[in-house]
Amino acid sequence: MISTLLPIVLLLPLIGFLINGLLGRKIGSEKAVGAIGTATVGIAFVLAIVMFAGMISLPAEHRRVMVDLVPWITAGQFSVDFSYQIDQLSIIFLLIITGIGTLIHIYSIGYMHGDPGFSRFFAYLNLFIFMMLNLVLADNFLVTFLGWEGVGLCSFLLIGFWYDRKFEGVGIKWTGDAAKKAFVVNRIGDLGMLIGMFILFNEFHTLKYHQITEIVTAGNSFYPGGSTALTVATLCLFLGACGKSAQIPLGVWLPDAMAGPTPVSALIHAATMVTSGIFLISRNAALFTLSPATMAVITGVAVTTALVAATVGLVQNDIKKVLAYSTVSQLGFMFIALGVGAYTAAVFHVMTHAFFKALLFLGSGSVIHGMHDEQDMQKMGGLKKYMPSTYKTYLIGALAISGIFPLSGFFSKDEILFRAFSNGNAVLWFFGVAAAFCTAFYMFRSVYLTFEGEERFDHHHVHPHESPALMTIPLWILAILSIAGGFLGLPGVFGNVNVLEHWLEPVFEPAYTKFAQNESVSHAGEWLLMAISLGVAVSGILLARYFYKQRPGLADAVAGRMKGIYKLLWNKWYVDNIYEYGVVIPLQKISRSFFHRFVDIGVIDGAINGSARATGGISTFIRRLQSGVTQNYAMLFVAGIVVVVGWLVLR
Amino acid sequence: MLLLVTLFLPLVVALILSLIPAGNTSAHRIGAAIGSGLTFVVSLALWFSFDKTSPAFQFTTNVPWIGSLDIGFRFGLDGMSLLLLMLTTFIMPIAIMSSWRGIRDREKMYYIMLLILQSGLMGVFASLDTFLFYVFWEVVLIPMYFLIGIWGGKDRIYASMKFFLYTMAGSLLMLVAIVWMGHYAEVQTGHFTTDLQKLLHIAPSIPFEAQKWLFLAFALSFCIKVPIFPLHTWLPDAHTQAPTAGSVVLAAVMLKMGTYGLIRFNLQLFPQSSMYYADFISVLAVIGIIYGALLAMVQTDVKKLVAYSSIAHLGFVVLGIFSMTAEGVQGAVIQMVNHGLSTGMLFLLIGFIYDRRHTREMADFGGLAKSMPVYAVFFAIAVFASVGLPGLNGFVGEYLTLIGGYTSQHLTSRWFAIIGASGVILAAVYLLILFQRMFFGPLTNNENRTVSDLTKLEVGLLVPMVLFCVWIGFQPNTFLSVSESSTRAVVGVIEEMKGEHRYAAEVNRRMNGDTSHIAAPALPGAPAASPVAPPPGATIAPAPPPVQVTPAPMPSRP
Repeated sequence: MISTLLPIVLLLPLIGFLINGLLGRKIGSEKAVGAIGTATVGIAFVLAIVMFAGMISLPAEHRRVMVDLVPWITAGQFSVDFSYQIDQLSIIFLLIITGIGTLIHIYSIGYMHGDPGFSRFFAYLNLFIFMMLNLVLADNFLVTFLGWEGVGLCSFLLIGFWYDRKFEGVGIKWTGDAAKKAFVVNRIGDLGMLIGMFILFNEFHTLKYHQITEIVTAGNSFYPGGSTALTVATLCLFLGACGKSAQIPLGVWLPDAMAGPTPVSALIHAATMVTSGIFLISRNAALFTLSPATMAVITGVAVTTALVAATVGLVQNDIKKVLAYSTVSQLGFMFIALGVGAYTAAVFHVMTHAFFKALLFLGSGSVIHGMHDEQDMQKMGGLKKYMPSTYKTYLIGALAISGIFPLSGFFSKDEILFRAFSNGNAVLWFFGVAAAFCTAFYMFRSVYLTFEGEERFDHHHVHPHESPALMTIPLWILAILSIAGGFLGLPGVFGNVNVLEHWLEPVFEPAYTKFAQNESVSHAGEWLLMAISLGVAVSGILLARYFYKQRPGLADAVAGRMKGIYKLLWNKWYVDNIYEYGVVIPLQKISRSFFHRFVDIGVIDGAINGSARATGGISTFIRRLQSGVTQNYAMLFVAGIVVVVGWLVLR
Repeated sequence: MLLLVTLFLPLVVALILSLIPAGNTSAHRIGAAIGSGLTFVVSLALWFSFDKTSPAFQFTTNVPWIGSLDIGFRFGLDGMSLLLLMLTTFIMPIAIMSSWRGIRDREKMYYIMLLILQSGLMGVFASLDTFLFYVFWEVVLIPMYFLIGIWGGKDRIYASMKFFLYTMAGSLLMLVAIVWMGHYAEVQTGHFTTDLQKLLHIAPSIPFEAQKWLFLAFALSFCIKVPIFPLHTWLPDAHTQAPTAGSVVLAAVMLKMGTYGLIRFNLQLFPQSSMYYADFISVLAVIGIIYGALLAMVQTDVKKLVAYSSIAHLGFVVLGIFSMTAEGVQGAVIQMVNHGLSTGMLFLLIGFIYDRRHTREMADFGGLAKSMPVYAVFFAIAVFASVGLPGLNGFVGEYLTLIGGYTSQHLTSRWFAIIGASGVILAAVYLLILFQRMFFGPLTNNENRTVSDLTKLEVGLLVPMVLFCVWIGFQPNTFLSVSESSTRAVVGVIEEMKGEHRYAAEVNRRMNGDTSHIAAPALPGAPAASPVAPPPGATIAPAPPPVQVTPAPMPSRP
């Protein structure tokens, strides 16, 4: 049953894309277009639940189902098919993508109401879902890569959806610039993925995930501790993950991706696409585990990203940018988990983050919608009485992401911090906790600035209002999930009740057998860590409350006193500037002045045209000899005789 | 017979058109379209009757031309040349119909030139005789020279001269090499010959030192045509100045003459020298990938941008060829087709906007997505096909050439493939700059606000190209399988030199003319006596003489 449903689930969004993409403007009616777009994803979600139920009824070792659809590329020894697998890992991603995808499609019907590109928007969203499903359901690297670049395309199209709007950024003036930046930066990561695939194919002569896992885990003598090729390959793949999942040094595109409509930010740039990197690494858990060097790099990059992005989030005024940096930071948390080999914890956080971050983004969208496209929190305030549903759900989301017990974020973040401590070390844990503190602070900063305090908007032009039910219902569903989602992964202190860990165990088992889990922390220690992380979250919230509710104005005073740090954070650690002025502009200058003007036009064409001119010059000279004047010929004739005779005589 | 009909049908139509008075322009337009359309239909018969399991040349014809020198009208197709021939017959009707709107001057001559060009191009791909190949190679030059020189832009004279001289310079050395080889055959076997299939047997015994020179003579000629850095500067000028159809044919088909020649002559005739020079040419190919992309990035003329992007794209093809792996060469062959489709489409689209706005400066556009939404969709597809997005055609070719380059035993460094792969980033940069500047942003220019979207005819020309882009993207095997066994035969010869015999069976079938098709030597035109029915209309070439040769020893690399 699962193998027959899989192709249907996969193709439904594609059908939706084709209908809305080709006929959308002919259909004309927003209701019909929205219904088609939503239904194709909604049905896919229902079928995914059916598949999930079917999997549960099977014994654990039979839960992986492979479906080979058609061949794709065959040449020489290289052969790759459109083949898919559904297992305990990919079903989770499938449920998240189609489930949250459905909610966001419903929300978009309300949010995009009246937009001239309504059908185009839904076509892109459906295409995105199709590509995302390819990414997570693939049984080999190349089909994942199809989805990988496909979601990048959709991301490009959707960031630039309002292509005639302005958007501010370093080297960015229009939304189109932001879209291009996202695609190009992602491509740098994709290069890593390409090279990683070359290495793996060269080593293993296959690109199928399970075959590679079997090869590297078979026996104890093969790849003991990983070879150089594996290390380089996994590093390359991680570069790809950095691109999609916005980790340093490729994280710069995500904040600018906020140029897209807010449902896009929620779906693509928070809940699904940006977690592709985590998927890729968990899918190849065994491969990565065999390369301790790569794991160390991942951990280092991740913790840096988590902390740096969280600090930048502290000073942003655009409500969506706060959430964007928050996303980058939360993705950093997931990579910390991967880096210390806690794959389940990473997947757990992917799931809870999908709930609460989609909720927060949709909430911010509801605010923006109600405030007539205003995104600056400086011009908001006191909105809770105008938008009660949005306020309540946003608050739930903020509590969840801050890690307040017993909301979902508490459990997943705590699990990661605990693993960072037990599998990693105290320093790693400490930085993680510091980032968590910043998270609580900036989230509640945004809550207070937006919903509490005095109303700083212009009452003549802006009339805040609650969004329609099409938008608030998805908010409430996500709010419930954000509250309850955490119980799928209860920590060890509550006994052996971690549902998610049991579910995923068969997937990660090959990795775990190669990577000893350090469970040396006692229950008392675990309780203590939990208490600390809860305490940190609460103090972050209280500090934000003090700054932005009880003593408004204090924040500005503090910022004024710490100008250096404030400027550093306000300019996002100058990363964008470094790329723009250190790479992009110099490369263009070199290409223009050196390669184009000097090499191409000067040297090469100069040589060509020069030789042509030389030929012409010589011909002109020789032509003069043939003047048609008989006397000249006679002169030459005589001169020739003189030379020849002279030579004969003097020889 | 079928092949001959395909080859000469456009020429016949050109002759007929020459009898119609010049004033009757619609007759010329429609006549040319019908002529090339019919050619496509006939070539479909070739496609469906081609036996892709066989690496041998099929539909072979052998009519003596200059008997004393054993020069003959020898034609035939293997999988590789069939694909390129089909590309030609597919592109030509589109190129012709795309001119209906833009060309209003001396139309009779224009369409005749295009038809002659088509026959010439097909002749290049179908020739199995080195001298005949040379003749077609030169024949192609002439109509293109006139197309650029008469119907081109304002610097057309400079561009057409540059194009002509560059190509001529290369091809003269090729002629010398062809004569040298014929003479070598005379010394070895007593008969001068230009028969490619005989030469394939003889060439390996040519002393390595001489082989190297022959390789270089052919390679120079082909590398100019591809073009490979630093022999590329004719291309941007020719492309920018050529009329739309000229650019389309130039990019889609003519550049492939070079890459095709590299496989057919360099790889096949001089496998040892190919191994010797593989690194050298691959370095140039990789430089071309990066250099072409960097230059494309800074162009302001959209046509020039696409022209420079061609240099980058063909770098992948050349890298794939000189990886000398089955994956790489297959990738190169499909990439030739892909580049024909996606770059052809880009030039076509640029032509459409040029017909409306009479400018190609990027700065003159902006916000076209609003005024020309249909045009924007097609442009986006062409751009992303060019970028190499999986699911569209460009990815398949690039990926295979790179994986060939990476896994190749013949190239000394994996860095060729790795640096080449970084071209995919730059491709995204320059093509998205192009797309964004033209289509995104506000509509500031009034002329852009009122410009009309694509006509039905224009959409009709683009749709088949898009279909093939998607088809190759998702089901490339339809096309890859056609050239697979001939590619294996080419690669097999090289691998055998290294002591590997993976594709030995294909090599033998190829060298012995694949007895499943050619049972017994028969006179040209005589009814086939073969038990297995030959492809319709195929006349049978005499089997090559069993020349026993030992490959010349290959000196170790200095």
